[in-house]
Amino acid sequence: MKIVCITCPRGCTIDIEKVGSDWQVSGNSCNKGREFAINEMTKPMRTICSTVKTTFPSAPVLPCRVSADIPKDKIFDVMKEINKVVVDKPLTRGDVIIKDVLGLGVDVISTSDLLAQI
Amino acid sequence: MIRTCDVLVIGGGPAGLAAAIAADKEGAKVILIERESRLGGILKQCIHDGFGLVRFGEKLSGPEYAERFIDEFKERGIEAKTLTFVTSVERIKTGFKATIVSREGIEVIETTSLILATGCRERTSKQVFIHGTRPSGVFTAGTAQHYTNLLGQLPTKRCVILGSGDIGLIMARRLTLEGAEVLGVYEVKSTPSGLTRNIHQCLNDFDIPLHLSHTVTRVFGQDRLTAVEVAKVDEKMKPIPGTEEIIECDALILSVGLIPENEIAETLDVQIDGRTKGPRCDATLMTTVPGIFSCGNALHVNDLVDYVSESGETAGKNAAHFALGMERTLVEIKPNENILYIVPQVLDIKAKNDAVVVYFRSKDVYNKATFRIIADNKIVFEKRYAFLRPPEMEKIVADFSKFNLREYSTITAEVEVDAK
Repeated sequence: MKIVCITCPRGCTIDIEKVGSDWQVSGNSCNKGREFAINEMTKPMRTICSTVKTTFPSAPVLPCRVSADIPKDKIFDVMKEINKVVVDKPLTRGDVIIKDVLGLGVDVISTSDLLAQI
Repeated sequence: MIRTCDVLVIGGGPAGLAAAIAADKEGAKVILIERESRLGGILKQCIHDGFGLVRFGEKLSGPEYAERFIDEFKERGIEAKTLTFVTSVERIKTGFKATIVSREGIEVIETTSLILATGCRERTSKQVFIHGTRPSGVFTAGTAQHYTNLLGQLPTKRCVILGSGDIGLIMARRLTLEGAEVLGVYEVKSTPSGLTRNIHQCLNDFDIPLHLSHTVTRVFGQDRLTAVEVAKVDEKMKPIPGTEEIIECDALILSVGLIPENEIAETLDVQIDGRTKGPRCDATLMTTVPGIFSCGNALHVNDLVDYVSESGETAGKNAAHFALGMERTLVEIKPNENILYIVPQVLDIKAKNDAVVVYFRSKDVYNKATFRIIADNKIVFEKRYAFLRPPEMEKIVADFSKFNLREYSTITAEVEVDAK
C-alpha cells in the first residue's frame, strides 16, 4: 500500500505492507514517516485548526487548534464542539478553550494573543 | 520634521519582522512600516498548522509562528508604525527618503538602507481569462480565508475552486470543516501546483475531487454567481469543445498563483528578474540598487515561511552592515534550461561567500537528477535528488570562498536529468 506522509512538506511516498505481525515500511526519509505510515494503517490521526466565536466586535473570531492529534474520524465531532464556544475573556496564546474535548484527552487551545492586543 | 534611521523596513509580515530583528541585533536603528493595524502579515489569517517545522522543529499555526517574532520584536523595543502607508521613496545622497502617511498625517523618514518586505499578491480573476457575467461570488482563496478566519463569516455554501495552489487546498479543507460544500478543485495543468501533502490532507481526507487538465471557462449569474462551466483542456491548455460541464455553485474561488509585490522597487529602478518576478539580488539579498534589500515573498514566492524568515534575517543583517559602506563586484549566476529560477541571481565576489544560501525550483518534475553549481569549470556544489518538483523549493548552502572568483568569472547552475 502506498501512502503520502503529511508530517512535513517533503511529502514522501511511503510503501507499507503487513508481513506477519510486523509492518514493512520503505520510502520514508525519517522515523516520523515510519510512525505516520503505521498509524495511518491502524489509527489515522489528524490535527484540527479552526476559530471560535468571541464577544469582541473588533475580533469576532479567535484562532484555535487541538493540543495534540485526534482520531481522523472524530474531526467533525470536535468541530461541532468548537463551534458551540463563544469566548468572552481576552484569552492569550496557549490558553485552554475546551478542556479534554469529547474525552479524547486533548484540549482545544487558543493560538493567538489577538484578543489581548485589541 | 524629518526623522532618520539606519534601516527602514517596509512590511510587517514574517520577512519584515525577521529583517527588523536581525538589523536591530547588529546595532542599527530600525523603523518598520506596516499598513495594517497589527503586525504578522498574511500569517494572521493562516490559522492552519505546519509553520516552523524547519526553524522550531514544531508544527505551529500561522498566528503562533508570527507572534513568536512579534514578541521578540517588541522585547527589543523596535519601532513599528502600523496603519501607515508608504506613498513614495526617492533616492537621496545619504540613501533614501520615504514619505509615509498615517492617521497622524504625512511624515518623511530618511534612511541609509531600505528593506522591501512587501510580500506577494494573489493573481485575480482579471488575470485569468474567464467568460461570462460579473456576479459577486468570484474571489481569491486569500479573500475567502480573510472572511472565514478573521471576520468569522463563511463566504460560500457550495463552491468550486480553480487552481491547485496551496492556499486553495488549505481553504478547501477549511470551508469543508465549517460546513460548506467544496465540489471540486480544477487545475489547468497536468500536475498539481500545491504541495503533495496538502493534496492528501486537504482534499483526499475529505473526498474532494481534484480534476487535473481542467479549467473554468465561463461564469453564470446576475447579482450572485449561480453556476460555472468547466472543461477539459488539451496539452496546450486550450479547452476541448464538447467536454463542457455546468456546475451549480454560489462561489468560484481562485488559487491561481502568487506574484511578488514590487511596486516600490520598480519606482526606484530596481531590476526585476523575469523568472522570480522579484528583484535581482546578490547573496546579501541586496538588489541592483546599492542600499536596497529584498526578502521574503517580495523576493520570490516561497512555499515555507521558515525560508521567508531566513531571507529576512539575511537582508536585515546585511542592510545593517551596509551603513558602513562597501563596494560590490557582481557576477551573474546563470541557470540552465531545467531550472525555473535561482536566488540569488548574482554573487558579490568581494563578500565572504563561504556559506551562500541558494534557493531554486526545477522547471518540471524530474526523477533522479543532479543539481550542480559550476564556477570557471570547477564544481562548487553538487547534490543528487531522487525527485525535483516545481512546487517544492529546494535550498542548499554552497561555499564559493575557495574558487578565487574574479569579475570575468562565469558561474552556472544546472539541473542535469538522468537519461531515461
